[in-house]
Amino acid sequence: MFDFLRGLMIAIKEMFKPKKTINYPFEKGKISPRFRGEHALRRYPNGEERCIACKLCEAVCPAQAITIESSEREDGSRKTTRYDIDMLKCIYCGLCEESCPVDAIVQGPNFEFATETREELYYTKEKLLENGDRWESVLAANIKADNPHR
Amino acid sequence: MLKMLKVKVNDIDIEVEEGLTVLQACEIAGAEIPRFCYHEKLSIAGNCRMCLVEIEKSKKPVASCAMPVTDGMNIKTNTKLVEKARKGVMEFLLANHPLDCPVCDQGGECDLQDQSMFYGIDKSRFKENKRFVPEKYMGPLIKTQMTRCIHCTRCVRFATEVAGVPEIGAIGRGEDMQITTYLEKAMESELSANVIDLCPVGALTSKPYVFEARPWELKKTETVDVMDAVGSNIRVDTYGWEIKRILPKINEDINEEWISDKTRYACDGLKYQRLDVPYIKKENSFKKISWQDALQILKDKINITKPEKIAGLTGDLTNMETLFACKELFHKVLKSKNLESREKNIYINLNDRKNYLFNSEIKGIEKSDFILLIGTNPRYEATMLNARIRKSFLKNNTEIFSLEDLGDLTYNYKVLSNTTEEVKKIIENNCDISRKIKNAKYPLIIFGESALTMNSSKYIFEGFKKFLNENNKISEEWNSLNILNTNASAVGAYDLDIVCKTNETLEKINKNFFEIIFLIGQDNISINKKNEFIVYIGSHGDKGAEIADLVLPGAAFTEQNGYFTNLEGKLQMAFKASYPPGEAKEDWVIINEISKLIDGNGLFKDKNELLTAMNSHINSNKKNEFSNLFKEEYINEKILTLPIDYYHSNVIARSSKTMNECRNIRSKLKKTGTEG
Repeated sequence: MFDFLRGLMIAIKEMFKPKKTINYPFEKGKISPRFRGEHALRRYPNGEERCIACKLCEAVCPAQAITIESSEREDGSRKTTRYDIDMLKCIYCGLCEESCPVDAIVQGPNFEFATETREELYYTKEKLLENGDRWESVLAANIKADNPHR
Repeated sequence: MLKMLKVKVNDIDIEVEEGLTVLQACEIAGAEIPRFCYHEKLSIAGNCRMCLVEIEKSKKPVASCAMPVTDGMNIKTNTKLVEKARKGVMEFLLANHPLDCPVCDQGGECDLQDQSMFYGIDKSRFKENKRFVPEKYMGPLIKTQMTRCIHCTRCVRFATEVAGVPEIGAIGRGEDMQITTYLEKAMESELSANVIDLCPVGALTSKPYVFEARPWELKKTETVDVMDAVGSNIRVDTYGWEIKRILPKINEDINEEWISDKTRYACDGLKYQRLDVPYIKKENSFKKISWQDALQILKDKINITKPEKIAGLTGDLTNMETLFACKELFHKVLKSKNLESREKNIYINLNDRKNYLFNSEIKGIEKSDFILLIGTNPRYEATMLNARIRKSFLKNNTEIFSLEDLGDLTYNYKVLSNTTEEVKKIIENNCDISRKIKNAKYPLIIFGESALTMNSSKYIFEGFKKFLNENNKISEEWNSLNILNTNASAVGAYDLDIVCKTNETLEKINKNFFEIIFLIGQDNISINKKNEFIVYIGSHGDKGAEIADLVLPGAAFTEQNGYFTNLEGKLQMAFKASYPPGEAKEDWVIINEISKLIDGNGLFKDKNELLTAMNSHINSNKKNEFSNLFKEEYINEKILTLPIDYYHSNVIARSSKTMNECRNIRSKLKKTGTEG
């Protein structure tokens, strides 16, 4: 009898608390600055791509989802000619972001990038740079927020 | 007998030879000592201070690389003092070293990176501005980033000691010290790129390989080189199917740990001018066709041609399997005797293997005390062998003579007169040189191919052999008669008897006698083509493919397993590192398919059968009366060493952009206008 009353009490209490469910596509839950979502390649404020083709992310990737080819650009700097991420292989562990010496490859807050075909999930350098341009303000804010803990 | 000294390393008692350094003693005892400037093959500089160790009764830590061992020494390498010393040195080295590992090509195989991980500390107290050094131009092979230099001077010592071209040096002192080629020009050496391997940091890196790949993503295949007959041991690094770079592999008997620039950088020639599908020439232009059609055309052509009208020429980069398959094809299937491996009418005595080998061996050069060069320029014909001659020159002060003035060979030599008369005087025992040969304990007589293509070659060669035999210079212990072959396939071909028994193939080709000529990787012969049907089997579109009527695409030396015998007679295997492009096939497979087409069942079932047959052929005792065809007569003529276009000596090098660049720069250097 006592157990029954206690259950009822909990139910009544919960009735007056704010709702936990969200109206998903229109409302989104709070995301930590460390959230590991869709990848992006960032640029410097002057528009120069950050990635220097050091290939550390490629080496560290446990799923071997990253493929990089590099060569010397006309001005003599080291740049990628190819930067592919197979988003189907990726396990979203965040090691690529951690290994990057220039904060070029990052995992942003976006998790809504489902596609209808597999091919669309083989991200190329153009796609990743476009992602970076689109999310730059959020990405920069996230890195800044996380900075004291690094 | 050297005196043995008793020393203690980390409380382990060992005995070492007198004259070793503390560092070497520690290595024998198994204690690892970090180092940057010390290198086994170079002189000791003792300037990086990384190898500091503690020695009992010595107040300060001692640089182990420059300290000779003395009896009863008590060496310690794992004490607090040593650890602190290493940390301090490391901090000083890193003070001015830029932290650009992510963009540095040395990253992943960098001595400084590795050792700072093991022995360094993880932070720096250096707050001032780092030093900056402008980049230096060092030619088309070496990229410099001199800010990264830690002044170990390995490159300087290599250029002066091993390469013999003192063109790299240091100017300035202390922090202002800079490594430079003084006039900022390309190093005039065929060994120059070895400084890239020697550089412990990323100051000198490879220019053609710049930013191409990381060491950890390359597949490594250990194989042998075919650019010359020396057969240097190399490591081929591939990314996917593409060959990214070639590095030396240590083999003390052949190339020590150096390789020539051509060996290292001709590999980009494997990407260009490749034949990937069969071609047929129609109305003076090449049309692509299928393998089936190509072989059918060949079959029809062979069926209407008499066997004696078919000839074959094998090339300079052909492996022994292909050579043997060709031999069997001509012998058993085509029934033709006109298969030839020589490019010129070289005098070769096939009776004994010793008549075409470098009998003293490359290692043996080191102990020689007298060297005579007859019609050869080892600097361009066999660069690694020339480096050994220089080593011997420095070590034993070897007396070196050449019949001809060959220009700079990186060591001093005396020039005799380049006539056969001079040789005649030597072998008739009435000149100074004959006396010197007799007095020398380990004399070395090197015949080049140029000396064997003359009218009186047989006289010179056999006469010299007789002279050496009479004076006991050819024995089990030491054979002073040496032939310097220039082609990687040469010795293999002689072992397999691939020379035309009647010695007339080349002559008949010039007279346009044949109706079908097979060129198996042969691109060095110019044929005055008339009505012949020329079949080219090979890897590159070069001189051979240009005159061919039918082109069958083959594989290069990195794309098939194949044996090569080097000039000393050492059998070595070149391993497959990559794949033939497009529809190209391994060479022996093509030969086998041709034979299958003609007689229905092919020569060999598989490669093993080929190898077994080849081995039994080599081991069979054969007598060859071939040398009788040459006239043994004395003619007074000049012995002229034919000039070698070093950077363009074979198809791979000719297709290589890097080699072309080197060649252009070298020809410009020659014309400075100040040479008088």
